Amino acid sequence: MSKKTLFDKVWDAHVVSSVENGPQILYIDKHLIHEVTSPQAFKELEDRGIPIFRPDQIVATADHNTPTLNQDKAVKDALSRQQLEQLSENCKKNDITLYELGHKYNGIVHVMAPELGITQPGMTMVCGDSHTSTHGAFGAIAFGIGTSQVAQVFASQCLLLTKPKSLRVSVNGKLKKGVLPKDVILYIISKLGTNSGTGYFCEYAGNVFEEMSMEGRMTVCNMSIEMGARGGMIAPDKTTFEYIKGREFAPKDEDFEKQVAYWKTLPTDEGATFDKEYSFDAEDIEPMITYGTNPGMGIKITSNIPKEENASFKKSLAYMDFEAGESLINKPINYVFIGSCTNSRIEDFRVAASFIKGKQKADNVTAWLVPGSKQVEAQIIEEGLKTIFEDAGFELRQPGCSACLAMNEDKIPQGEYCVSTSNRNFEGRQGQGSRTILASPLVAAATAVAGKIVDVTQEIEEMEAVGI
Amino acid sequence: MEKFTTLKSSAIPLNIENVDTDQIIPARFLKATDREGFGDNVFRDWRYNKDGSLNEDFVLNDSKYSGSILVAGDNFGCGSSREHAAWAITDYGFKVVVSSFFADIFKGNALNNGLLPVQVSEGFLNQLFSQIEKEPTTTIEVNLEDQTISVLDSDLSETFEIDAYKKTCLINGYDDIDYLVNSKELIEAFEAQKTY
Repeated sequence: MSKKTLFDKVWDAHVVSSVENGPQILYIDKHLIHEVTSPQAFKELEDRGIPIFRPDQIVATADHNTPTLNQDKAVKDALSRQQLEQLSENCKKNDITLYELGHKYNGIVHVMAPELGITQPGMTMVCGDSHTSTHGAFGAIAFGIGTSQVAQVFASQCLLLTKPKSLRVSVNGKLKKGVLPKDVILYIISKLGTNSGTGYFCEYAGNVFEEMSMEGRMTVCNMSIEMGARGGMIAPDKTTFEYIKGREFAPKDEDFEKQVAYWKTLPTDEGATFDKEYSFDAEDIEPMITYGTNPGMGIKITSNIPKEENASFKKSLAYMDFEAGESLINKPINYVFIGSCTNSRIEDFRVAASFIKGKQKADNVTAWLVPGSKQVEAQIIEEGLKTIFEDAGFELRQPGCSACLAMNEDKIPQGEYCVSTSNRNFEGRQGQGSRTILASPLVAAATAVAGKIVDVTQEIEEMEAVGI
Repeated sequence: MEKFTTLKSSAIPLNIENVDTDQIIPARFLKATDREGFGDNVFRDWRYNKDGSLNEDFVLNDSKYSGSILVAGDNFGCGSSREHAAWAITDYGFKVVVSSFFADIFKGNALNNGLLPVQVSEGFLNQLFSQIEKEPTTTIEVNLEDQTISVLDSDLSETFEIDAYKKTCLINGYDDIDYLVNSKELIEAFEAQKTY
């Protein structure tokens, strides 16, 4: 039998049929939807008189537009409110499960689904959001789609797709102190560039990913799209099974055991080949930050911004108001955002709290800590992290996508820098004229305390030296 | 979906690499619940200054350029999957986008909206940019049937790749929903005997 990759196994099991000289019909197990990219799809089906084919395989949440304060009150922004109401109405009309604002399961779509056990190995999952790649952390094929495709899945639970090529990125070795999963993926993207993965589905392999928690794996897979890959996957293993076990929608008892037996067959066969392979040494990775306007423009926090002659590079630096060749250490920062589908899980807040504990937020800094879901919010409170944050002068807000894309009120002002744990540093992404510096939750926490960018590795060493 | 066969038009040169969909249509304009009207805000923060006045330096505001072909730098449409980007570009009046590389999701979204993404070689793209910048009224012909893009009255021409199925869809104005809804029996049979 031919050797197959994890991706091949999951893909091949979902092919309904192939169009002659064309794409394949791929069956989709789970379809996640939210308020921003679904209304036009609902409308299209309604206009064409096509019913929703499998409403029980769709789960909806409200996240992109939602306020992160006073969620118990009516949403102030009229357009946002209308979009949220439209989602509720569409879900009600079509018998679709919705975790709307205030629901105990509400949260960012890519935080909510895994924590409820909706995301499982071997599945195909889609959502009208490019960070759907997150769910690949479980060994699922998960990818973002456009609204026309949302309508296609509504109509048929399938998509017409050409099988992408395969790419494997391996990282082996021991990660240095203070290097988090976010640094690993920012490092990979800085090395490979923002379009290296276009046309590919990526598998992350090597002991670094094997030893990562599910939260860490989700952070990594989340940013696959930032190197152009439609999705990223990590082979399911004991860590995966243990994470899923007992969650709300996970298979129970015998069913669970049966599924685990199947999930164990999914990892890439030894000797299977990939269309493209890269490998990196864990020892080379240090805490990272970005200096430009795409996620590939990343450097080690202690490095200087490179010098390049091309026009797009210069445009990017001009937007950021940085000089080629300069270091970002000691750059004053007035805004810090810890949140987004990349870094808003409990582990991210634990890391931030462990650094912040006993320190004070710098006076010049406005810091927004935004949990990924109601469940993460509850856990932050339960573990006493909220008290640590509040004692240090931080404010814990309510869940949502928030300042990652600034669709709600959480906007970074014109010209201000924000050290952010989100995934995109595009021009104006966090508000018109805002300047985003991507980093890990640890770097973000250290920035908030210092009021400027600092060498976090040195900070940790000093903490350890005095026994913190 | 509107049919696409051939197009002859002048072009607008957007000589910037890695144009992401946040630039094509910023998130604050994604609150609409229908598909129309996004063209007003296409490239919003590049077209307008902070005070709301027109940015005269931006190519879309340069009166010497016009036409329904957008010629853009490498890796066009990266980032967010928002189909609003394709809607905004078509609503503004473009029917073709030319680049040396397109991001996956954008490319799919464009094809699903009758907007033809034409991927050309880097060399050809550079020649196009210099030709249009030198002679803004340069007419470009895109022929989907033959899969060619040519600069009229010159020997500048290249063939481009497109998925055969997608090509048929565009020429006939079909979309994937038609195909999938007609495949319902196959899909139900698949559901009945899934192996996982």
